[in-house]
Amino acid sequence: MQSFQQSFAHAWQLVVTGDATLLEIVLLSLRVSITATLIACILGLPLGALLATQRFRGKWLVTLVINTLMGMPPVVLGLIVYMLLSNAGPLGWLQMLYTPSAMILAQTVLILPIVAALSRQVIDDRWLDCRETFQSLCVPWHRSIFTMLRDCQISLFTVAAAGFARAISEVGAVIVVGGNINHLTRVMTTAIALETSKGDLALALALGAILMTIALLVNAVVLGTRQRLMA
Amino acid sequence: MKSASDSEIHGVHSAGIAVAESAGRAPADQTGTDTAGTDRAGTDGAGTDQQVSRQSLLPLQVTALNYAVDNRLLLRDVHLEIATEGITLLLGHNGAGKSLLLRQLHGLLTPSSGSVYWNGQSVDDVTTRKQQAMVFQKPVVLRRSVAANVDFALSLRSIDGKALGNADRRDRRDRRDKLLQEANLLNLSRQHALSLSGGEQQRLAIARALATDPSVLFLDEPTASMDPAATAAIEQLVQAISQRGIKVIMVTHDIAQARRLASDVVFLHRGTVTDYRSAADFFTADNSQHAQNYLTGQL
Repeated sequence: MQSFQQSFAHAWQLVVTGDATLLEIVLLSLRVSITATLIACILGLPLGALLATQRFRGKWLVTLVINTLMGMPPVVLGLIVYMLLSNAGPLGWLQMLYTPSAMILAQTVLILPIVAALSRQVIDDRWLDCRETFQSLCVPWHRSIFTMLRDCQISLFTVAAAGFARAISEVGAVIVVGGNINHLTRVMTTAIALETSKGDLALALALGAILMTIALLVNAVVLGTRQRLMA
Repeated sequence: MKSASDSEIHGVHSAGIAVAESAGRAPADQTGTDTAGTDRAGTDGAGTDQQVSRQSLLPLQVTALNYAVDNRLLLRDVHLEIATEGITLLLGHNGAGKSLLLRQLHGLLTPSSGSVYWNGQSVDDVTTRKQQAMVFQKPVVLRRSVAANVDFALSLRSIDGKALGNADRRDRRDRRDKLLQEANLLNLSRQHALSLSGGEQQRLAIARALATDPSVLFLDEPTASMDPAATAAIEQLVQAISQRGIKVIMVTHDIAQARRLASDVVFLHRGTVTDYRSAADFFTADNSQHAQNYLTGQL
């Protein structure tokens, strides 16, 4: 096993030289997690707004299920998606297993409840203030949803960032449905797990450092956007 | 059939009108105002264009209205008929049910029993509801510019059957600017609504409500916690709105404000309407004991 110091030095070298393997893993990670976050936001934000602003039969149950799914272990979710996508499963005909698309699907399903539940909470607080005014103005339900999403956009940026952070940092779901195949489905978290088990701490450390840098950048963008919008 | 509560409503007997059929009605000649909707139309720039198409929703008829929450009767056997234009003020002490009644009249709350009709149409009728607007004690403004707040309301209604969402941008801008001018906010139109003071936000909320071109405007303590200057600005705006022929029904605790604004007064005590009469009569003639106590500060 390499020494701690050697590992850091090697990791730094991989980063500054733009190692092709490292770059490939990072780009795939970003592609999968950004796509999953976008899909989850497109579905989850309106769902959260719907739950916050509208009354309908079964709303309590839907809210309960979504809140519960927030805490679902990624590996369990990966197993469910795996069974759905396997040849014997109902979605087997899509032939998506062990592809980046399967990883996107798994991450989308993983973070959708997070985005929906957090956005519902954010919009619910605002809706308490606006509900009677909207009722008085006879605002149609779809306009209420759209307006609340726009009104709460600053807080919803943070919700999206939380979803992305959850997606890019999870390992259980993507390793089950993606298989951690080199040059095809290997992302940062699965690579870190693999390289650590192999004793190649340099690559694992480099990936870890990049993962943290991405988290830092995402938070910086969210914070900057919040400040710009609030100004 | 005359109920016990009908005969207890002060002002009805003294006005000498048909109690059995129209409990709580104040005669038009005692309101201190003319039928402003027709006589004063066209005197105000912002309202002129809309005056032609606006239809009166009066009379308002409330019959045997009860409202209970968790078996607590908060509004009890309310009978009321309002047929006059001008500004009707709901007065009463804290917890009397003024804001609850206001919400019932606007259809935001459903009564446990009884009915609310505007010009013969149920308050639940969407067409009726769309001819009303309400401004609340705590001003609610959207997190966008002042102008965009009014634009939002303008996009919800149509004029002359033409959807405002598809209307010419210039027409909408002109209408918005007139409303903001009337609310004395035109110079702040590009500012973020949250940067306005409390009084300015309330005037914006009123301008936004007017953008829906209502026949009836409900105001729930619009000047609560405001300084005299902000209060005066809102009172001027309310008077101008009334002069455009829009029926105003307003809740207040402020007796001096009621004296300044009211055409007629509805007084509530513990969920019951005890008095309904013209403002001139309410502040001078014999009222119910509860109203007298309120006016003399004994409650």
